[in-house]
Amino acid sequence: MSDLLKMTATEARNSLLKKEISSVELLNAYQNAMEKTEALNNYVTPTLDAAKQMAVNADKAYAQGNAGPLAGLPIGVKDLFCTKDIETTACSAILKGFLPSYESTVTSNIWHSGGVMLGKLNCDEFAMGSSNETSIFGPAVNPWSKIDGIDLSSGGSSGGSASSVAAGSALMSLGTDTGGSIRQPAAFCGVVGLKPTYGRCSRWGIVAFASSLDQAGPFTRTVEDSALIFSVMAGHDPKDSTSASLGYTNFSEAVKSNIEGLRIGIPAEYNVDGMDIEISDLWKKGRAWLEQAGAKIVDINLPHTKYALPCYYIIAPAEASSNLARYDGIRYGKRIEAETLDAMYEATRADGFGEEVQRRILIGTYALSAGYYDAYYLKAQQVRRLIKEDFEKAFNDVDVILTPTTPTPAFPLGAEVSDPITMYLNDVFTVPANLAGLPGISVPAGLSNQGLPLGLQLLAPPFEEGRLFSVANAIEKQAEFLLAPARAAGDLQ
Amino acid sequence: MSILVSGRTGDWEIVIGMEVHAQVVSNSKLFSGSSAVFGASPNNHVSLVDAAMPGMLPVINGQCVKQAVLTGLGLNAKINKFSVFDRKNYFYADLPQGYQISQFKHPIVGEGEVQIELSDGNIHKVGIERLHLEQDAGKSLHDQHPSKSYIDLNRSGVALMEIVSKPEMHSAEQAAAYIKKLRSILRYLGTCDGNMEEGSLRADVNVSVRKPGEALGTRTETKNLNSVRFIMQAIEFEVHRQIELIEDGGEVIQETRLFDTATGMTRTMRGKEDAHDYRYFPDPDLLPLTFDDAFIEELKDGMPELPDEIKNRMVNEYGLSSYDANVLIEERETALFYELASDGRDRKITANWMSVELFGALNKAGIELAQSPVKPKQLGGLVDLISDGSISGKIAKEVFSAMFETGKDAKVIVEERGLKQVSDESAIISMIDEVLAANLDKVDEYRGGKEKLFGFFVGQVMKASKGQANPGMVNQLLKQKLDI
Amino acid sequence: MSVDKNVVKKISRLARIHVSEERSEMLSSDLGNILNWIEQLEEVNTDGVEPLSGVNEHPLAWRDDTVTDGDITDKVLKNAPEKAGEFFVVPKVIE
Ligand SMILES: [Mg+2]
Ligand SMILES: [Zn+2]
Repeated sequence: MSDLLKMTATEARNSLLKKEISSVELLNAYQNAMEKTEALNNYVTPTLDAAKQMAVNADKAYAQGNAGPLAGLPIGVKDLFCTKDIETTACSAILKGFLPSYESTVTSNIWHSGGVMLGKLNCDEFAMGSSNETSIFGPAVNPWSKIDGIDLSSGGSSGGSASSVAAGSALMSLGTDTGGSIRQPAAFCGVVGLKPTYGRCSRWGIVAFASSLDQAGPFTRTVEDSALIFSVMAGHDPKDSTSASLGYTNFSEAVKSNIEGLRIGIPAEYNVDGMDIEISDLWKKGRAWLEQAGAKIVDINLPHTKYALPCYYIIAPAEASSNLARYDGIRYGKRIEAETLDAMYEATRADGFGEEVQRRILIGTYALSAGYYDAYYLKAQQVRRLIKEDFEKAFNDVDVILTPTTPTPAFPLGAEVSDPITMYLNDVFTVPANLAGLPGISVPAGLSNQGLPLGLQLLAPPFEEGRLFSVANAIEKQAEFLLAPARAAGDLQ
Repeated sequence: MSILVSGRTGDWEIVIGMEVHAQVVSNSKLFSGSSAVFGASPNNHVSLVDAAMPGMLPVINGQCVKQAVLTGLGLNAKINKFSVFDRKNYFYADLPQGYQISQFKHPIVGEGEVQIELSDGNIHKVGIERLHLEQDAGKSLHDQHPSKSYIDLNRSGVALMEIVSKPEMHSAEQAAAYIKKLRSILRYLGTCDGNMEEGSLRADVNVSVRKPGEALGTRTETKNLNSVRFIMQAIEFEVHRQIELIEDGGEVIQETRLFDTATGMTRTMRGKEDAHDYRYFPDPDLLPLTFDDAFIEELKDGMPELPDEIKNRMVNEYGLSSYDANVLIEERETALFYELASDGRDRKITANWMSVELFGALNKAGIELAQSPVKPKQLGGLVDLISDGSISGKIAKEVFSAMFETGKDAKVIVEERGLKQVSDESAIISMIDEVLAANLDKVDEYRGGKEKLFGFFVGQVMKASKGQANPGMVNQLLKQKLDI
Repeated sequence: MSVDKNVVKKISRLARIHVSEERSEMLSSDLGNILNWIEQLEEVNTDGVEPLSGVNEHPLAWRDDTVTDGDITDKVLKNAPEKAGEFFVVPKVIE
């Protein structure tokens, strides 16, 4: 049974096809792992009864020879995806007890392909955070070793999604990425995290944070697994006007593509102040690996990189301030009773939203309000265009861009909560891709001096996820990264 | 055009602008697939999108886009091939998203123009500033519970066109003419049913006053007026309130006001301490709305004739009076009925018969034109019998009543009842002879100079013919006989 | 940009979030710091740059005008904190 947790999704899929293992066995192993890693606080709502039924169905499908591409594979879901009749909270007090009568398009796609739902995973409240510490359930903990006896952050906002895959309590998981919420926790936890092109996956049924930036994506242990699940997640959805009308692609082929002759861009501006030396060393290593694999390294410039974060911290809160207006205590979620309607709104929202969420709503409200719109919101939109144009120019000369995923490895819980700006700086390398709508992937590539995982990020032009998979695969091969967090379940240790 | 109102300190000019919300005729809502039809049980015509459940997204209804463009064409307005949906952010119990999806900086329709005709026959042009698409809100019921309001989201998300006029009206009469004309155009186009009672068409009226030649005064906005009468009352009230206020040394405050239908007065809206700051920004769930010239051309080709055009033809080609034409073009159904009924025959006589007899009968019976037992071709048939002298006008009235009662053709009724007009000269002469023979004394009086008696003879002959004698011939022949 | 307590009051009111006197103090410094940091955007020359609100390049797709949804009153009301019959219920609103 312990071997089951070691399998990648692709391996498990092959064993299931060959009937060497059953879906129910696989689920049992993961159920066990979920219990053992409870202290990591990854699952906010386990759904093991549903999982059991889904595993039984998957085994039937294998027996009948009509098993979908994800049949029997245990998958965890960030608690930002609405799941039918299963509590969906966005890890916020304001949505406590909310039972959607609908299933998000992306999760629907997963279940239709036979995926087995393990439960809802911890995240920052409304996906606003980079450490999972804004969750009403408390932070999801990084399974890698503690530092000085203090738990490490799993990153955020999709901390539970990253941590569970690293800890072996989910084979794969779903997250969302608005400014780095998939790639940063993936880097912190030592797993593969993909943020697809904006418009690639439907946003329908996902609790919105910043609509023009949000994208769903998978966490996996390997690049190959990422391509497997992403092929199922992606696709046009007429219910989402921003979803691109592209047909089905099987990305598994792309993983194996040769990268010889590909041009890899190294943006000078990503050498930021305060970047750990071990991070820049890793970046150099990545560059060397790709060169060895036959790629051509090209130095490029993305001159507006520095402004991506402040630009993001106008646009995302502005959209959020409006997206979160619907949490008003009338149709669902929490309500604090009061005499008047306005008093009810104000009490409900003050009580229901956590501090960081309130801060962002207020910043966003400010940026959109009369007299400040031009100086903040409009300015940010203009800078956003310049950032996008930087990439467009760069992609004239290169096929893929290589950067570190984060400026530091995972930090201890509580280390950065007090200062919002320090926390925001975590996303310095990831935010530009969201502003420009580009696909990005974080691949675990090495360990810090303290033995913590570090990730490299690859960015590609819109809808070139296939290219990302090929290059990520090359890095994965050369890095020979060993996923061995101290606090993983069973033999993953 | 200056219409002045006199106050204690001299004359005042009134400036009125209107924002009209017109519900788009469509099956489903602007951004969701639930029904846009009025009158369901509470919260039944509501989808998860309309209720703003987490993660729900808007998808635009193409028909509503067409309707907006069609309306823009009907208003002789500039159609914008690129427009943007914005969010207008504010909290209200019947606004589930916490924002209304509307169009702010880039509306689908730009400047246009509506012609209104005033009671003195003068034509006045009212500029259209813009038309944009937006969502309606739900409904709050405040009278169901002593301390609670009840919320019904059936209307939430229904498509509205907000049509904004320029401040180019100067009296309640003009404002009334404008809303009537707008309603008529919308109904001709089939883009809004114009039902003001059900709220399909409602107006926010901006009123200010100024001394002639001075800069615009501060305006107030009276919201949600759903009848022409209320619009006029609200304007009259505001005009006098503002003039008195200023003349008493006060100042008009720019504010939103409510109209009390019971008293005919406007009053300031409570909770106004809330300075409105709608924080408009482009809705990131939607992309810009775009279409090409071919799309516009196709709609243009399928456009029905509008009242102005039809009226022109009625007056200039058919020779109708402006008044008669106005009666006939008020509703598209009426104009179509008339065109069919009058086609190929005397337009004026048909117009007369339609606006006097037919409308009178419909009114009396309390039914709509669509239910009329007399169809256009049948009315035309009656006119034909009058024109070719088969029946007299008087008989025609009788025939019409029978047609209205039975739904039969005029010809059939005339035959069945033997009502055909007698135009046989010898038959009429013999009737005249009989009448004169029976009234020799009066014949003498007439010949002695009492010419008034001529009418008496005509009446007697007509009576003898049971009304069927051709009155023209009776006149002519009587004269010949008497004036020997 | 310094954000004084009046500004905090104004925007928290717009956002319908109750802010206590003491939190208002803290928020005004928090928001002030964040906005100061954001103001580095002023260094960027954006003359003549068209604002960008989304990255999609496909045109907005239109739906057919058919009724495909609604008639799910139970689902719509299911999660409501307070309801009466088929209505949502809120504290009385006085216009
Ligand atoms: Mg208005
Ligand atoms: Zn409006």
